[in-house]
Amino acid sequence: MKTESTPMVQFDNVCKRYGELVVLDDLNLSIAKNEKVAIIGPSGSGKTTVLRMLMTLESIDDGVIYVDGEPLTHQRQSGRLVPADKRHLRQTRGQVGMVFQHFNLFGHMTAIQNCMQAPISVMGMTKPQARELALDLLSMVGLADKVDQYPAQLSGGQQQRVAIARALAMRPKVMLFDEVTSALDPELCGEVLSVIRKLGEQHDLTMLMVTHQMGFAKEFADRVCFFDQGKIAEEGPAETFFDSPQHPRTKQFLQAVMQAT
Amino acid sequence: MWDWDYAWEILPILGEASLITLQATVLGFLMALVLGLILAVLRMMGPKPVRYLVAGFIEFVRSTPLLIQIFFLYYVLPQFGIAMGAMLTGVIALGTHYGAYCSEVYRAGLEGVPKGQWEASTALNLPMSVTFRDVILPQAVPPIVPALGNYLVALFKETPLLSAIAVMELMQTAKILGSESFKYVEPITLVGLFFLCFSLVSAFLIRRFERRLNRQIRLS
Repeated sequence: MKTESTPMVQFDNVCKRYGELVVLDDLNLSIAKNEKVAIIGPSGSGKTTVLRMLMTLESIDDGVIYVDGEPLTHQRQSGRLVPADKRHLRQTRGQVGMVFQHFNLFGHMTAIQNCMQAPISVMGMTKPQARELALDLLSMVGLADKVDQYPAQLSGGQQQRVAIARALAMRPKVMLFDEVTSALDPELCGEVLSVIRKLGEQHDLTMLMVTHQMGFAKEFADRVCFFDQGKIAEEGPAETFFDSPQHPRTKQFLQAVMQAT
Repeated sequence: MWDWDYAWEILPILGEASLITLQATVLGFLMALVLGLILAVLRMMGPKPVRYLVAGFIEFVRSTPLLIQIFFLYYVLPQFGIAMGAMLTGVIALGTHYGAYCSEVYRAGLEGVPKGQWEASTALNLPMSVTFRDVILPQAVPPIVPALGNYLVALFKETPLLSAIAVMELMQTAKILGSESFKYVEPITLVGLFFLCFSLVSAFLIRRFERRLNRQIRLS
C-alpha cells in the first residue's frame, strides 16, 4: 500500500483543543518525501503544536497523522483505526526527530554522550559503534573539537548544533525544527542555519520547520505554510508566497515582520 | 560527681552498642532512600488512585509520631500474625518514617528537572526506564543531597527511640548501665558526646560531598 507517492507526513482532519480554546482546527496538510516545509505565523497560531503533535509530545483530539503511510498514534486493527499501543507508537515515533528552541541537551552528559545515549539504548548499538556514529555527526556539524565538552561549556549555537547531531543519530526520515534559532544571539544563528542547509543538500530528509527567519524560509523551503488562528490561512511555493501573498492576514503579517527587521 | 574509672570501664560496652546504633542508622536510611524514591515516583507518575493512596500514606506517616509507629509495628502487628525482631522492627519504622520525608525531597528534585529533558527523551524515543535512570535521576539527585543529608543526621538522632522496644543500641545500653550501677551521669553523657561527634562528622562529610557535586554541576 506504500508507494513512491505516499506522502511522508500527512495530517488528516487533525484537531487540538485545550478546553474551550481551539489550537488547531481541522488541519489537513500533506508533505512529500524530502520536501522542506516552513511554517510561519503569529505566536499562538498553533504552528509549534503541529510539530509537537508529530513528535507525540502533544495528544491529538481528533483526526489522524500519518508518517510514511503509517498512522502515528493509531494502528490498524481489522480495518479500523484504534489508539496505538506502546510498541507501535515507539516504532512510528522513531521515524521522526526533533530539534527544540531551547536545545534541551542533557546537561550532565558531554556533547558526544548526548549523541550516543539513544543509539545505544534504543537502537542497541555497542559503545564503539555509537561513538563512531556520534563523532561523524559532530564533525558534520563542525564540532569535532568539542565532543567532550558539557553543554554549559558551549555557546548557544554550538549547543543547538549538538542537538541537531543528537537527533540525526537516530536516523529519522522526518526532522522537525522548532524555532531553533529563536533563543540564539543573532550572530550565532548563521552557524545553525548553515548546518540545516547542509542537511538539506546531503541527506534524504523531510524537514518541517517553524521559523521566524523569513529570509531563510524563502531561500531554503520548498513550500511555506502560514498559520493563523489554528488554520492554514495561506500556503504556496516559497518564492510566490513571499513575493505575492494573497491573503490579507499574510500581507499584514509579512509587512509587520519586515518592519521589525 | 564524675567517675573517670567508671567512665573508662563502660566505654567499651557503649562502643559496642554504638555499632548497633550505626547499623540501625545505615539500614534505616538506605530503606528510606529507596522507599522515598518509590513513593515519589508513584505519587508523581502512578495511576490516579495510586497517587492519592500514596499521598495519603505519606501524610499519615508524617503526621504521626515515630515513637507511636515503632510501638505499633512492635506490639500491634503481632496480633495480626506479623511478628518481627526488635532490630528489624526498628529499621523498618525508621525507614518508613524517613522514607515518607525523603519522598517529598525526591519530589522536589524530580520536579526541578526541566520539562524539556523529558520531551527530548521522548523525541529520542528513549524508553521510560532509560529516561528515568540516565536522564532524569542524575539531574534530580545532586541538588537534593543536602536535604537528604539532613534527614540522615535527623534519623541518626532519633535512633534512641528504639530503646523503647529494647533494641540494645546506645541509649538502651546506657539506661541498663545506669540502672545497674545507679550512676547515670557517665553513660548518658558519653552517649550524648557520641551523638554529638557523629553528627558533626557526618555533617562535615555531607558538606564535602555536596561541594564536590556542586563542582560537577557547575561543570555540566
